[in-house]
Amino acid sequence: MSSIGTGYDLSVTTFSPDGRVFQIEYAAKAVDNSGTVVGIKCKDGIVMGVEKLIASKMMLPGSNRRIHSVHRHAGMAVAGLAADGRQIVARAKSEARSYESVYGDAVPVKELSERVASYVHLCTLYWWLRPFGCGVILGGYDKDGPQLYMIEPSGISYRYFGAAIGKGKQAAKTEIEKLKLSDMTCKEGVIEVAKIIYKLHDEAKDKAFELEMSWICEESKREHQKVPDDLLEEAKTAAKTALEEMDAD
Amino acid sequence: LVQFTIPIDNGDALKNAEADSQRTLYPYVTGTSIVAIKYKDGVLMASDMGGSYGSTLRYKNIERVKAIGKHSLLGASGEISDFQEILRYLDELVLNDNMWDDGNSLGPKEVHNYLTRVMYNRRNKFNPLWNTLVLGGVKNGESYLGMVSMIGVSFEDNHVATGFGNHLARPILRDEWRADLSFEDGVKLLEKCMRVLLYRDRSAINKLQIAKITEEGVTVSQPYSLKTFWEFQAFHNPTAGAQGSW
Repeated sequence: MSSIGTGYDLSVTTFSPDGRVFQIEYAAKAVDNSGTVVGIKCKDGIVMGVEKLIASKMMLPGSNRRIHSVHRHAGMAVAGLAADGRQIVARAKSEARSYESVYGDAVPVKELSERVASYVHLCTLYWWLRPFGCGVILGGYDKDGPQLYMIEPSGISYRYFGAAIGKGKQAAKTEIEKLKLSDMTCKEGVIEVAKIIYKLHDEAKDKAFELEMSWICEESKREHQKVPDDLLEEAKTAAKTALEEMDAD
Repeated sequence: LVQFTIPIDNGDALKNAEADSQRTLYPYVTGTSIVAIKYKDGVLMASDMGGSYGSTLRYKNIERVKAIGKHSLLGASGEISDFQEILRYLDELVLNDNMWDDGNSLGPKEVHNYLTRVMYNRRNKFNPLWNTLVLGGVKNGESYLGMVSMIGVSFEDNHVATGFGNHLARPILRDEWRADLSFEDGVKLLEKCMRVLLYRDRSAINKLQIAKITEEGVTVSQPYSLKTFWEFQAFHNPTAGAQGSW
């Protein structure tokens, strides 16, 4: 394949002459090959959606959850190597629980994202560890309102009002930028995220997919939960209709 | 699970002197009886709001009945700090249960079983949580009411009580409890028991809460007082007819 990093890409503790750490970049490629994950911050909460590419027709719908609750008020959507993602989610749950145990209050989303990012970064500092092959979108609701963070395999974490990772991230980001998020409620946001995911799903390359969505908003009592079934169905129908209208053009 | 606090591990509380000093030997701030009954739509649980410090009635606003998850109510008598610790364990249990987000939730039977394990194992290490717990709840239309003591004795029944309630309230309940009690009759029955406890238990105070759990959920009443009557003829002139001091 590519021989760009030859010699300098064998260990995460080696820099290349032009200042890159290739192992981290390769880890990011693992994330880019996974199904798209989208997160948006609406005016009253966060909505996250995952394009779950179905590997086998034998899989039960609703299994292989990609979005996990990390505490009552926060959730994480994972893209990339699923087993690596499970570790990150476990660590985030542990950090959130520990914070509440020590400080008596729910962990602020900013603090949680810093702790998770710090943990992901840790695994890029030693040659006997490998970087996590997954990116994570963390959505939460605390005293400062709803917040959305993205943590990459390099350990970078930024706060976003719209974020996407995985195969269709470029197309997703373009679509998100078209939305007026500050005027949108989460109910509307669920429909929009569904539309985006259906739109950027490549029928030719990947066959079937399952849409998984979660939200944290006033309607969910500021708790992270799966989007209720009736709203999810409504969103899927709206997304399919929007696709047909596009194809009809 | 990664540990973040550094536990002070002195070793065996039965052999090591330093660890031994951390065992519970006696309770300090205690709550008195809990009385609970099953009724037509679910479970009713009554308790007063007192926390005694030995013979001093020190705290008068302690809630000794709490909702656990969606389907259970936990009432505790005994050491209040141990009750708070139990609530922390259950909080973690319920949180982990919720985070599965799979449509299932812990029912009263499961919570009761968990508490029994905790209490019994602490008793085996000679370091008990000094409480008698009452666990009531409703799940899928079925009512459940059980009890666990500080030595891990655990059972279910149609009506349970802790402490003095066992001696004063349960005889009343054995005579007057019925499976088809309405909410109003259930409350009247509990108030009858609580009134006797108020007259005869020196650690009871006249400020009680009654909690109700049904399929719909939990309601805890606002604190209120019972009417008492002290004008019995025999109390007017207590020494009349008695020779000497009494």
